[in-house]
Amino acid sequence: MVSTTTSPPLWLLAELTYRCPLQCAYCSNPLEFTRYQNELDTDAWFSVLRQARAMGAAQLGFSGGEPLIRQDLEALVSEARQLGFYTNLLTSGVGLTAQRVDALAEAGLDHIQISLQAADPELAQALAGSAKAHANKLAMAKAVKAAGYPMVLNVVLHRHNIDQIGDLIALCDELGADAVELANCQYYGWAFLNRQALMPTREQLVRAEAETNRWRETLAARGRDMSLLFVVPDYFEQAPKACMGGWGSIFMTVAPDGAVLPCHSARELPMAFPNVKETSLQDIWYQSDAFNRFRGTQWMPTLCQQCDDRDKDHGGCRCQAYLLTGDMNATDPVCQHSPQHRLLDSLIAENSHNTPDQTTLIPRNARQSKQLQTKPLQTNQLQNQAERQSPNSSAATSSRQPLELIYRQ
Amino acid sequence: MSQQPAISHHDIYQLRRGWRLQWEAIQGCHVILYPEGMVKLSATAGAILEQVDGHHSIADIIATLQQRYPGAESLADDVIQFIDEARDNGWLTVKEVHCG
Repeated sequence: MVSTTTSPPLWLLAELTYRCPLQCAYCSNPLEFTRYQNELDTDAWFSVLRQARAMGAAQLGFSGGEPLIRQDLEALVSEARQLGFYTNLLTSGVGLTAQRVDALAEAGLDHIQISLQAADPELAQALAGSAKAHANKLAMAKAVKAAGYPMVLNVVLHRHNIDQIGDLIALCDELGADAVELANCQYYGWAFLNRQALMPTREQLVRAEAETNRWRETLAARGRDMSLLFVVPDYFEQAPKACMGGWGSIFMTVAPDGAVLPCHSARELPMAFPNVKETSLQDIWYQSDAFNRFRGTQWMPTLCQQCDDRDKDHGGCRCQAYLLTGDMNATDPVCQHSPQHRLLDSLIAENSHNTPDQTTLIPRNARQSKQLQTKPLQTNQLQNQAERQSPNSSAATSSRQPLELIYRQ
Repeated sequence: MSQQPAISHHDIYQLRRGWRLQWEAIQGCHVILYPEGMVKLSATAGAILEQVDGHHSIADIIATLQQRYPGAESLADDVIQFIDEARDNGWLTVKEVHCG
């Protein structure tokens, strides 16, 4: 049995809510997030935290949506900290106040990560749909620093802000960040829907990475201890990432409605996931079909099974394989050995001639989510096959219309 | 490559603010926890880091560990080497440095 060799989980991502005041077009939440309105209550989250900690999880992220919307956040942080979790809050900063920064510190919160959309308020507003958010983020970053937390700032990079990278790093430096994640957008959820408008050109990426390296030298020369993590989009890579360290290996996400996922994007896959309302976390992690499905190497296509890197990259990302090929069992097309790898090269080449502006971005909000669920199914053979495996997910996958692009070679 | 000065026996280190050392019974080891990350420590590393508390000097730590593990021959070197690594990883900050 797979379960006898399974290690305990180390990380729990608690997605407290899908509600969010911002509308970032690269959000990793599921397109159909409005289908899941039934959020776990405080006691149910307490139970999740206790179960996960007893199983061995030590790192905990409070995420969303915007987790600050939950009025019980302080209570959840306090419980988590007492249980021995290292508690991270992943927030847009909207809804944060200096008082709440202090209250969270008192509850035992270890770390706050604030995400920035852009270096200036105009672009930030165009990307996140809020006029006030940018100024509030800057004020809150200062408050977080003043309260003594270690501060990691996160910027999701894409075509529209990647050329600002120098200004973004300068801003993070000024705010006193300990570390900056310059994470190029990965194409899941809303980002997949919007990827044509979000994908940078290869030239943009090369320039941005060079600028980051220049900044590393400048910071080092000044003796400034601010680490810069630059993440290249998978689509531009030749080898797939070891997604989540392997399916069901160290990481689990509990979604707002209690669904338990091996990563926060897995809900896009045409398969059913168990729920903490019905099953214990222990059983879900060790026994469930969903968590055992892509463990080990038995499930892999021959290409991966015969590859020396099979235990290193675990066949890559299942969500990416599914989104790009319609088959979640396929080799991640990011792998240069994948028969579908050339799709990515042609996507990048095709996109380098486009000049998308920000107005083509579909904002992540409840109205769009509902509309996307009622759109007629796009038909292509692979997609239909995938859907037949799980009839329940037809609404979930119906909105993924950019799939047609993939087959245009 | 370390750009920091060599470690002296009189130095006093502490864990960086926001970094935490913790015993994890399920994993059977000490871990160091920090923003969105964790590292499992070997038994030796765990035993050394447990003594790094912002009060005891490197010399104190070596003495304590020598008392606890009288057979360990290269213990002083191991401590210095590990502290150097931990400092390079950004886990530690200097509380007090004594030159010479």
